[in-house]
Amino acid sequence: MLPIVQVQGLTKKFGDFTAVDGVSFEIKQGEILGLLGPNGAGKTTTFQMLLGLVTPTAGSIRMFGKDLAMHREEILSQVNFSSTYISMPYSLTAEENLWVAAKLYGLSDIARRIDEVVKKLEMEEFRHKLTRKLSSGQMTRLTLAKAILTEPKILFLDEPTASLDPDIAHKIRALLKDVRRSAGLSILYTSHNMREMEEMSDRIIFLQKGKVVAQGTAQEITERFGQRDLEDVFLKLARES
Amino acid sequence: MKFHRIHALITRHLFLYKRSLPRLMEIFYWPFLDLVVWGFITVYLMKFQGQLPGVVTFFLGALILWDVLFRAQQGITISFLEEIWSRNLMNLFASPLKPSEFLAATMALSVFKVAMVSCVMVAAAYFFYSYNVFMIGLSLVPFVLNLIITGWIIGVLTTSLIMRFGQEAEVLAWGMVFLFQPISCVFYPIEILPKWLQAIAWANPATHVFEGMRGVLSGGSLPVAHLGWATGLNLLYLATIIGVFHWTFNICKEKGLLVRVGE
Repeated sequence: MLPIVQVQGLTKKFGDFTAVDGVSFEIKQGEILGLLGPNGAGKTTTFQMLLGLVTPTAGSIRMFGKDLAMHREEILSQVNFSSTYISMPYSLTAEENLWVAAKLYGLSDIARRIDEVVKKLEMEEFRHKLTRKLSSGQMTRLTLAKAILTEPKILFLDEPTASLDPDIAHKIRALLKDVRRSAGLSILYTSHNMREMEEMSDRIIFLQKGKVVAQGTAQEITERFGQRDLEDVFLKLARES
Repeated sequence: MKFHRIHALITRHLFLYKRSLPRLMEIFYWPFLDLVVWGFITVYLMKFQGQLPGVVTFFLGALILWDVLFRAQQGITISFLEEIWSRNLMNLFASPLKPSEFLAATMALSVFKVAMVSCVMVAAAYFFYSYNVFMIGLSLVPFVLNLIITGWIIGVLTTSLIMRFGQEAEVLAWGMVFLFQPISCVFYPIEILPKWLQAIAWANPATHVFEGMRGVLSGGSLPVAHLGWATGLNLLYLATIIGVFHWTFNICKEKGLLVRVGE
């Protein structure tokens, strides 16, 4: 089967600085690929290029077999993302923000879909609250709700559980696994929580200074580097750099 | 272009007006205050009616029409700034939304803003100064449409500059339009300007509108030549500035500025 995401020789230079250097990977349908690396490794720039927000200097990004640059609108209508580092309009309620997102992606039966997502993410208590009054955990849930609301086929998640308490974080991970199973969702996932990466990812690619330095399952990577677990691999690679 | 995406963006901004006093002030308070201050100046100038015939109609008419241009520009630029302030640009441009749809939505919002502000100003001018802007007659419609387009042009230009140069350029949202005011001949005829500046002013569509307005208020007929020039220049500049916006958008994506604008 054709991979749902194909990234070939992806490179991004900002002047003399190379943020991403010839990165290649694929994501199959229903697969969760973990993107790991220390700060400044190029994870965020890779994400931004995959979302069409930053133009690559070289290389290609194909999703559903189509080139992102040529079929931006068609591809992005089937993709969504969530990041701890983004926000949503503060003066709108959580539900209003979801309504706008649903409309933006051309969803039908918006009210029913919002009800479903609100229930899944346990957002009832703050669905009518202004976004500016949400706690960071509630805000994270809202951006996640926005991401799964549109029933994407590919989801890019940048530290989706970073500001959640362990209980909610556990529920979110279970939800993502469930959505992946039922809808065949493909996910690109970053986190600084190594246990979470091991739990969530089918495969992991490890970025360092913009380059892929290792890829495989969590077990393959730990064995290759002769370490106990992913956290030790991370520390070893991060300190070497 | 997909209407549902434009609709989404328009509704997102209209939600703001439901509960934001500063945003309502922008529509009701500031234009009203403008009119009151200028209205009193006009009342004072009426004492010199002999030396300045038609001063009331010129001044209040010009003020209301200038506000059409100003609010049309603000409708575009402030909508973009709202997205920066709420760190929402990434959500928008990582969605299927096209830059042209974004512009279309901000243009629609600017028409909404102009309509609201105009109602306030027209009503206030009538009740406080017995001034009826509709005495301009049928030419009022093409005048207003042309000024809205001029406002869009300045708005898109300002938005492109803010997108490219970031937070430092935000002040242009309020200042840029006033760069065009002296050469728009809002409150005085073009002959007042030095010859070299007149040449520049004639290249400004707003000048043709205000010259035309004065012609009509002095008893002239529909200023077809002025309207033709204003419309022609507006269409030329609008097409150019939309091209500039798309070009700037692509530069920002190349330089990674789109995700950092406002930081």
